[in-house]
Amino acid sequence: MKKTGKDNSGNYCLGIESSADDFGVGIATFNGEILANKSDSYIPIEGGIHPREAARHHAEVADKVLHEALVKAGVKPRELSVIAFSQGPGLGPSLRTGATVARALASYLGIPLVGINHSVAHIEIGKLKTGAQDPVTLYVSGGNTMVTAFESGRYRVFGETLDIALGNCLDVFAREAGLKHRKGLPLGAAIEQLASKGEKLVMLPYVVKGMDLSLSGLLTSATTAWQKGSYRLEDLCYSLQEHAFSMVTEITERALAHAEKKEVLLTGGVAANKRLQSMLAIITQEHNAEFSVVPLEFATDNGAMIAWTGVLAFRHGLVTPVDESFVKLRWRVDKVDVRWIQ
Amino acid sequence: MDTIDKIDEAKLLKKGAEASLLLADWHGRRVIIKVRIPKMYRPPALDERIRSYRTVHEPQLMHEAKTAGVPTPLIYMVNVPDASIIMEYIEGQQVKQILNKASKVDRHDLCIRIGKSVGQLHNHGLIHGDLTTSNMILTPEGKLFFVDFGLGEKNEELEAQGVDLHLMKRALQSTHYLFWEKCFKDVLCGYSSVVGIEVAEKVYEKIREIERRGRYVEERKK
Repeated sequence: MKKTGKDNSGNYCLGIESSADDFGVGIATFNGEILANKSDSYIPIEGGIHPREAARHHAEVADKVLHEALVKAGVKPRELSVIAFSQGPGLGPSLRTGATVARALASYLGIPLVGINHSVAHIEIGKLKTGAQDPVTLYVSGGNTMVTAFESGRYRVFGETLDIALGNCLDVFAREAGLKHRKGLPLGAAIEQLASKGEKLVMLPYVVKGMDLSLSGLLTSATTAWQKGSYRLEDLCYSLQEHAFSMVTEITERALAHAEKKEVLLTGGVAANKRLQSMLAIITQEHNAEFSVVPLEFATDNGAMIAWTGVLAFRHGLVTPVDESFVKLRWRVDKVDVRWIQ
Repeated sequence: MDTIDKIDEAKLLKKGAEASLLLADWHGRRVIIKVRIPKMYRPPALDERIRSYRTVHEPQLMHEAKTAGVPTPLIYMVNVPDASIIMEYIEGQQVKQILNKASKVDRHDLCIRIGKSVGQLHNHGLIHGDLTTSNMILTPEGKLFFVDFGLGEKNEELEAQGVDLHLMKRALQSTHYLFWEKCFKDVLCGYSSVVGIEVAEKVYEKIREIERRGRYVEERKK
């Protein structure tokens, strides 16, 4: 990213999110109002996300979602000041589709382009929507599991998964158990429903290493237990949730104590889970901190978070020239200089 | 049996995430009482399993660390039902606090020593499990103590040793971000002087492999 050096006088930023299975478009004003947040999700017929299929989906729905967002916001394309897009991390084909749309729009309209880190965007929209100022953020989704906090110029990663993400762990178990992803009922929600009917706690691996955790052993054990057929699915879902959520709660508590912050922010798709919310509320209370959960619309992948972070970056003089707008598949959150926080 | 409530005037020293540390006088000694308080967020059966496991294993590992030549506090008493451990109080400063203030030379020396101690632990098949600079205490006499073995284990595998050092690296990155690279290099230097270059090389390769497993790591293989 390069400094523009010039002050901006525009009003709207359009943000495009396409890092995984969602294609989202959001429109934000420069003072933090979200005018539109539209998306269309790719739902695999079978198995997990097929990157090429997801990219094809994004290309097919791009103009529809863009149109919906502009109509919802009541903004004409010519009125936009800047285009922001999710530059990484994520799946290559998906990211590239969004980036292509963003580049085309920016050059057609003759306005600047700004590449945004997907994880930073989750934290920023969370802060905007909950009013959290300087939180320890637990970001748990299908592709990410990390605990971050701001420390001298960057969001530092205090804890993270050593292998698979929490959402991924739940999804894979759900598919192994024969559950199907349906519109309006993601696999995680299906697990949550079953877990609420669980009664017996099956002991599974609990692996916390320092402030990091490992979920692959837990997934294998839960899956094997299911295949053996000696437990009810409700009990296994309950046990899987209890173990996995206790682990992320433990590392969040450790980060909270270590970073000495006074707020905890929960975001990402798994943030919707009520049991996880209640566990985090308990530790937050014990440490006299404030707990907030990002509303689901802004906790899952969405265009608004990219639009808003685009505003923050652009207002601080950051733009991404087209020849530097290649996607970064493994762009870690702690590699981003966050210039808008003093 | 002495339990926590029989000890008068225990002063809360630190309320950590995992345990509370109390400072107290116990039979004329200054002691630390480490109590793993029940965690209300976990189901009781799981909570009890975790707390008693860690309470039993920590003193065992601390004892074995001594045989490996790494100073750890003396254990006076272990009470499993309370999940409490009474141990020697170590006068000194956390390495976390020293490292940021120390001169370049002192920092270098200290990191080399840390690496040597980790090497000694690994040579004896011990994994610390939470190698942060808050868990190392430097005494005024210059002894380097390792504390908090609650997440440790007995394990001679390369994998466990790699993760142990990877966690050390991560802790340096998040807490000492201004000079973590130099620190970690010195730690590895001290480490390899103890375990030998051949073993050290294998562990370094393992660390790289562990990092590549992470989700969004630049070096990750396709």
